[in-house]
Amino acid sequence: MATHKKKSAPALAITEDLTIYNAAPLKQRLLDALHASERLEIDLSAVGEIDTAGFQLLVLLKREARRLDKEAHIVAHSETVREVLDFYNMAAAFGDPLLIPAGKA
Amino acid sequence: MDEITSVFVTESREQLAVLEAALLELENRPGDDDTLNAIFRSAHTIKGGAGVIECGYIVAFTHVVENLLDKLRNAEITLDSNLIALLLGCADHIGNLLGVLEAGAAGPDADLGADGEALLARLQRDWLADKTERAHGGQPAAMPPPIESSGGGAVETDCWHISLRFGADVLRKGMDPLSFLRYLGSIGRIERLETLTDAMPAAEAMDPESCYLGFEISFSSNADKTAIERVFDFVRDDCSLRILPPHSRLSDYVGLINTLPEDPMRLGEILVRVGALTQVELDEGLATQNLAVPGTEQSGDAARASAGAASAEETRPPIGEILVDQKVVQPELVEAAAAKQKQVTEKKAAEARLIRIQADKLDCLIDLVGELVIAGASVSLLASKSGLGELVEATSLTGRLVESIRDAALQLRMVQIGETFNRFNRVVRDTSREMGKDIELVISGGETELDKSMVEKLGDPLMHLVRNAMDHGLEPPAVREASGKPARGRLELNAFHDSGSIVIEVVDDGAGLNRERILAKAIERGLVQPGQALADAEVYNLIFEPGFSTAEKVTNISGRGVGMDVVRRNIQGLRGSVDVSSTLGEGSRFAIRLPLTLAIIDGFLVGVGDAAYVIPLDSVVECIELSAGASERDYVNLRGEVLPLVRLRQMFAIEGEAPQRQNVVVVQYAGTKSGIVVDQLMGEFQTVIKPLGNIFRHIKGIGGSTILGSGEVALILDVQALVQRCARSEEQRATSAPPPRALPAASRT
Repeated sequence: MATHKKKSAPALAITEDLTIYNAAPLKQRLLDALHASERLEIDLSAVGEIDTAGFQLLVLLKREARRLDKEAHIVAHSETVREVLDFYNMAAAFGDPLLIPAGKA
Repeated sequence: MDEITSVFVTESREQLAVLEAALLELENRPGDDDTLNAIFRSAHTIKGGAGVIECGYIVAFTHVVENLLDKLRNAEITLDSNLIALLLGCADHIGNLLGVLEAGAAGPDADLGADGEALLARLQRDWLADKTERAHGGQPAAMPPPIESSGGGAVETDCWHISLRFGADVLRKGMDPLSFLRYLGSIGRIERLETLTDAMPAAEAMDPESCYLGFEISFSSNADKTAIERVFDFVRDDCSLRILPPHSRLSDYVGLINTLPEDPMRLGEILVRVGALTQVELDEGLATQNLAVPGTEQSGDAARASAGAASAEETRPPIGEILVDQKVVQPELVEAAAAKQKQVTEKKAAEARLIRIQADKLDCLIDLVGELVIAGASVSLLASKSGLGELVEATSLTGRLVESIRDAALQLRMVQIGETFNRFNRVVRDTSREMGKDIELVISGGETELDKSMVEKLGDPLMHLVRNAMDHGLEPPAVREASGKPARGRLELNAFHDSGSIVIEVVDDGAGLNRERILAKAIERGLVQPGQALADAEVYNLIFEPGFSTAEKVTNISGRGVGMDVVRRNIQGLRGSVDVSSTLGEGSRFAIRLPLTLAIIDGFLVGVGDAAYVIPLDSVVECIELSAGASERDYVNLRGEVLPLVRLRQMFAIEGEAPQRQNVVVVQYAGTKSGIVVDQLMGEFQTVIKPLGNIFRHIKGIGGSTILGSGEVALILDVQALVQRCARSEEQRATSAPPPRALPAASRT
């Protein structure tokens, strides 16, 4: 199991839960990060919980990146994030490599 | 998450109460379909909720119960008392499981688990065994002969197709589409799921707390349409749900595509991707569609950008028309939909009439209203001092409004006592079986309202009284018949309003209290001196003495006893009283008398010396002038009745001379009248009751304090204590030194 390491782009690590309770500040943070760089890498390996609101934020981010011709990649998924993306059948649409984090990425 | 669980637990407990009540009703009136449906609905709602919060053990247990209820509903099995007892047991078990959930445990412990297993085993063995599999209620005609061939035949897939669009507020209401979809997975298999994010606006406009998602799901299951719909019961009002049964006609899919907000071409692709349609089917469908509605495709392209596609919709005929035109709607589906719609609107209407509010918000409001009343009093005092007519008029108008606000605010806290009473149906049923007695519970006045906090504290004392009546009051059937009474005992719970108090009665037609035995017991215990003359009421009241009740049981004769002192203490804690009356051989009556409210009352302001006192207006009967001649004695002749007097000046040792003319306020409590002698009558006053500090707790005759408009403090008189004190002192005087003139005994009516 390889770990994904590419230090060329700024990485944004989300450590809090991707839930409705944090949705508003997270939206701002994600979009700000996207606006600040051409290629954004997001590390979700520390996300403990994700709900539909959190999922929507990821969708929004992806769409926004496409609109602005930028790149936004999720470089590491936590188990719960992966599970939700799978359930919603969006893993393919997101197009990020789904890696099971082996220890710390 | 925790919040959802607690809402679920609260609501489920309510559902359980409904379920239990309905079961008991069904026992009395078997064969009532409405009641049976109510039971089924309750069980189902609990199961559905448990599914949403992913509480597996409740779902599993309730599911079996629901199966049984379903059989009952389909008249496959008949209901008898054994089954009702079993179902009541199941309801209790669900209650216990809710307790487990509430306690945050991962699952029921071994004992509880074993209980559940035992119940399930009984259900399975006695009632469900004849069929191994639950009959699935009418799967809507999987392959009916086409009503009229149109728009091609049935499509190939044998899966249900579900189109879901969640409303924007779903997430804010604490519901996550994820939970519903996962729960959907528990009644079948989600073959394919496509998430539609088209409705999500541009980044700036996107509200992270709104839900913009839609789903197209291909779902294989044996469940019927209603079962699938029920999965989404909780979001019913916040989502649009369209379900196509397996092997629906192609035109149904075309119809579906038309009703959905997204662009038809894109939806078509999604349906193909989900596996609901094949590409050939889609092409065929859209071709017919385009023939019928030219222009759809062009506007469809334009609509691709904006999810609303409002412009496109205008050009299309309403889908209902298409469906009717093509005669593709299956009659039973229409019927089901209409019924469902009706049910939903009814539910909505019921919800609109009730809102849940946190109790402390209400308390805060009441506090504020209290302050408003005090402030209002001060304003009206200043206004009347100023002597400006217009100002006085304006303040009196405000005063009246404040009064209305006060009443309305207090009304908010009022609940009907019926719910508390109804709990006893079960208690009486179970206990009477246990004891081999036949007892009928008659409830009246269930709509009487009283303060919520009081209702809660009333449960225990009432339970005591009811148990006592069943245990010691009502005799076994044989004994009853021997003494010429009907074998079935009668226990009544009554509630009614009576001059500013609420009275709750527990009445039985049992053996009644035996005065002699109680007296003998009291003398033995040293509560009463031998030879002391006591009125019946006093003797009966002895059963509330602490020493009397706990230790030795007087039960096998007729006196009652377990914990009666606790009953009295609880009631007194609510500023109430409990009285007992009884006739030997005919039964007894326990009457609990409680004040209507604990916070604000209408008061009658009186003055003695410089101090002001408030008498609760509800207890005031009339005011009379104290004639100068009678001023020496402690009683007056009130239209031929003896009225004992309480002189506040003496009682509270107020200094100063009494004025020339004094007044008597005649008050009444529990049928006993007495007069309170005061200097001045100052009129009505809205009184916000402020409790007295702990030091003053034991002072008799004072019920609390209040703040006057002038900022001064006035004491609120406790009429009950005053009247009793008055009656007692009269009696003592009567027994110790019989005066030569007529006995000034308190009039008892």
